[in-house]
Amino acid sequence: MAYTHKHTTDIVRAGLKKRYKREARFRRMGLAAIIMGLLFLSMLFISIIGNGYTAFWQTFVQLEIHLDASVIDPDGTRDPEIISAADYGGMVKKSLREMYPEVTGRRDKRTLYGIVSSGASFDLQDYVMAHPDQIGSTIQLWVPADDDVDMLMKGHFDRDKVETERRIKDNQIAWIDKLIAQDRIESRFNTTFFTAGDSREPELAGIWGAAMGSFFTLVVTLLLAFPVGVATAVYLEEFAPQNRWTDLIEVNINNLAAVPSIVFGLLGLAVFINFFGMPRSAPLVGGLVLTLMTLPTIIIASRAALKSVPPSIREAALGIGASKMQMVFHHVLPLAMPGMLTGTIIGMAQALGESAPLLMIGMVAFIVDIPGSAMDPSTVLPVQIYLWADSPERAFVERTSAAIMVLLMFLISMNALAVLLRKKFERRW
Amino acid sequence: MSTTALMFTLALLAVFSYWLGRKRSFAVVNGEAWKLHSLPSYYGFYTAIWCGIPALFVLAIWMFFESSIITHVVVAGLPEEIRSLTPDRLNLVVNDIKNLVSGNIVSAEVDPAMRAAADHYIHLLNISRAALTVVVLVLAIVGASLSLRTIRREKRARNAVETIVKIFLIASSTIAIFTTIGIVLSVLFEAIRFFETVPLTSFLFGLEWSPQMAIREDQVGSSGAFGAIPLFAGTLLISFIAMLVAVPIGLMSAIYLAEYAGKKVRAVAKPLLEILAGIPTVVYGFFAALTVAPFIRDSGGLIGLDVSSESALAAGLVMGIMIIPFVSSLSDDVINAVPQAMRDGSEGLGATRSETIKKVIIPAALPGIVGGILLAVSRAIGETMIVVMAAGLSANLTANPLEAVTTVTVQIVTLLVGDQEFDSPKTLAAFALGLLLFIVTLVLNVIALHVVRKYREQYE
Repeated sequence: MAYTHKHTTDIVRAGLKKRYKREARFRRMGLAAIIMGLLFLSMLFISIIGNGYTAFWQTFVQLEIHLDASVIDPDGTRDPEIISAADYGGMVKKSLREMYPEVTGRRDKRTLYGIVSSGASFDLQDYVMAHPDQIGSTIQLWVPADDDVDMLMKGHFDRDKVETERRIKDNQIAWIDKLIAQDRIESRFNTTFFTAGDSREPELAGIWGAAMGSFFTLVVTLLLAFPVGVATAVYLEEFAPQNRWTDLIEVNINNLAAVPSIVFGLLGLAVFINFFGMPRSAPLVGGLVLTLMTLPTIIIASRAALKSVPPSIREAALGIGASKMQMVFHHVLPLAMPGMLTGTIIGMAQALGESAPLLMIGMVAFIVDIPGSAMDPSTVLPVQIYLWADSPERAFVERTSAAIMVLLMFLISMNALAVLLRKKFERRW
Repeated sequence: MSTTALMFTLALLAVFSYWLGRKRSFAVVNGEAWKLHSLPSYYGFYTAIWCGIPALFVLAIWMFFESSIITHVVVAGLPEEIRSLTPDRLNLVVNDIKNLVSGNIVSAEVDPAMRAAADHYIHLLNISRAALTVVVLVLAIVGASLSLRTIRREKRARNAVETIVKIFLIASSTIAIFTTIGIVLSVLFEAIRFFETVPLTSFLFGLEWSPQMAIREDQVGSSGAFGAIPLFAGTLLISFIAMLVAVPIGLMSAIYLAEYAGKKVRAVAKPLLEILAGIPTVVYGFFAALTVAPFIRDSGGLIGLDVSSESALAAGLVMGIMIIPFVSSLSDDVINAVPQAMRDGSEGLGATRSETIKKVIIPAALPGIVGGILLAVSRAIGETMIVVMAAGLSANLTANPLEAVTTVTVQIVTLLVGDQEFDSPKTLAAFALGLLLFIVTLVLNVIALHVVRKYREQYE
C-alpha cells in the first residue's frame, strides 16, 4: 500500500496564501462599505451646501428716488394714513424710467420694472413712514433686486447662452451692466430670509414663518409627549404587574415605533380633524400627531433609563420607610432623568424633521403670515422645504438648500445636546 | 373670561389651596407635624387636587360639547326656509355663520337672517363662557373648602394622593393602545366605505390605477380605476433597489466596525454613519430630485439609455442610503451579541478572521440580521417623502428601474393633499391604501420582532 507521506500542515500551508488573500479582500470590502457610506454622506452635504450657501446673500439695487411731496402728501398734513396710501410702486417705476431714459415702448418698460423686486415699493413705504421729514428731497435707497437678476449676479445663469434660452434677455443684461458700472448693485446679507414668511417671490421669501410653526408644533409635542411618555415608562417599569394587559401595552408600543409616519397622518386626519372638528393646518393638531409618533421613542428610552438604576437604590429607599411612590419620585426618577431627557431630545429631533404626517393634516398650505399661536394656520420647516423644492424658480433651489442647512443645524445641535447630556450624566453603577 | 385666563386662575387657585391645606394640617395638630399620618405637603396636594381636577374635568367636557350644542340651538332658531335645506347645504350655511362669527371671509352674501344667526351665536357663546367661568370657579372653591374640612390628624392624605398619581400613570400607559385602536378604526371605517363602491378583489388584483374621476358621466375615464397592483409593484421595485444598496453596505460596514476596526476608527465612523439616520427624509427627497435623478438621467443618456427623470432607480438609491445606518446598527447589535467564546473557538482552530465571520458569526447572527432586514424593508415600504419628491405619479406596471413608477405612499399623499370631499371614492381610496400599508408593515414588524427576540434569548 503506497502511502504518500504528507502532513496536514503541508495541506494547510499550500492553501494559506489563497486564504490570506481572501481575508485581505474581505477586509477591504468592509472598509469600502464604510467609505461608501461616508462618501454618500459627504456628497449629500456638499450638494446641499454647494447649492445653498449663496442664498445667505441677496443682490440689492440702489435707486435714486425723488420723494415728491405732491404725490406722497399733497395737503402737507403728514398724516401717517395719507402717507402710507401713496403710490410707492409708481415712484419706484418713475425712478427706474429716469435711470434709463433710453427705454421706451411698453413692453421694454415692463421688463425694466422687473429688475427690482415687487417688494421694493414696500421698502420705500417703510422708509418714508420712518423718515417723514425727508419728503420732498431725493434719496438713495437700496432695494432688493428681482430673483432673476440675483441669479445672474450669482452666476447661476450663463451669459454666453443663446438669448432665447436664457431667462434674462440681452437688454436686461445691458441694464444690469450699467448698474454694475455705476456701482449701484451689490450683494448684501439676506436678512429677509431669516425674518419673512413664505412668498411667491423668492427674494421676499423667508423661513421665519415656518420656523415659528415648527416651534409651536414642538412645544405642543414636548408638553404632551414628555409627561405621558415618562409616566408610561414609570408605570411599566415600576408598578405594572406581569400580566396579559401589560404585555399587550408593550407589544403595542413596539409596533407603534415601527408604523410608517404617514399612517399617523391618516389617524390625525380622520380622528382629530374629521371627528373632533379641530382646525386644519394648526400646530396644535400637528403637535398631537407628532406626540403619538414620538411617544414610543420616549417610552423606550425612558424605560432603558429606569432599568439602568440599580435595585439597591430602590431597596434602600424602601428600607428607610419610603412608600413605593416616594421611592420612585424621590430617588429613581431623578437618577433616570438624564437618560429620559436624552431620549426626549432625540424624539423631538425626529419630530422636527418629520413632514409626511403633517402633509395629511393640511400643514402644506401657502401661508404668508407669521403664526402667533398654536391655533393659527402655519407650516413647519421640513414642509416649507418640500413646498420650495416644488417651486419652479431657479432662486428657490438655493433657498431650499439654505432652509435645509438651517434645519440640519437645529437637528445637529439637538443631537449634540443629547450626546453631551449623556456624557455628562452617564453613571456606571 | 377667556379659557386661557380661566385656566391660569384655576392654577393660581390650586397653588393657593395647596398652601391652605398644608397650613390646615399644621393647625389640626397644633404645629406638631410628627403626629400627622402623612407629611404636611400631602395634605396640600390633596386639597389642590380636589380644587383643580373636578373643575378641569368640567372645563374639558364643557369645551368639547359647547360648539355643537350652540350650533344646534342656532340652527333651530334659523328661519324655516333655511332649515328645510338638504343637510349638505345646511352645513355650508352653518360654516358661513361660524366664519361670520370669527370674522373670516364668508362664501355667500351676508343676508340679514345670517347676520341675526351670527349675532345669536355670539350671544349664546358669551352666555356659555360666563356660565363656564362661574361653574368652574365655584367648583374649584367648593372642592378646596370641602377637602379642607376633611383634614384630620389621622387622615390618610398620602394614600389618596398616590392613588390619583397611579391612576394618571395607568391612564398614560393605555394611550399606546388607544393610538393603535384609533389607527385601525380610522383607516378601517373609511376603507370599508371605499370597498362599498369598489369591490375588494378589483382593488387588490386590478391592473390599472387612475383615481381621477371625471365630474360628468359622459367624460373620458368617468369611472376611475382602482387596481392597486401597479402601486404594489412600484413600491416593491423601489424598496428592492433600496435594499440592494442598503443591505450589502450596511452589513459589511457593521462587520468591519464590529470585527476589524480599531477603537479610534469605530469612535469616528460609527457616529458619522449614524448622522445618515438623523437626516430628515425631506432632505433626502430634495437630494434625490435635485442631484441624483439628473445625474442618473444624464449618465444614462451618455451610454444611450432613455432614463426617466423620475426613475425608480434614483428614488431607490437614495432610499437605500437612508436605510444604511438602520441595517448597520441593527446588525452591529446582533454581531456584538454573538458570544466571544465562539470567535475564540474558531480562531483557535486556525480559521482566519473572515472565515470566522463567514462560517461562524454570520450563521449564528443570521436570525437577528434577517429580522433587522425585515424591519428595514418595512421602513422602505412606508417611507414617504423621498418617493413623493423623486418618484413619479403615473402608475406604470413595469420592472424597469429606469422608468418612473409610483408607490402606495405617493398615492396616499396625492389623494389627500389639498381639498377633499369625504364621500368620493378617490379620497376613500387613500384610506384603503393606508389600511393596506398598516397591515403589511405590521405583519413585517411582528415577524421581525419575533425573530430578533427569539434569537436574543438564545444567547442570554
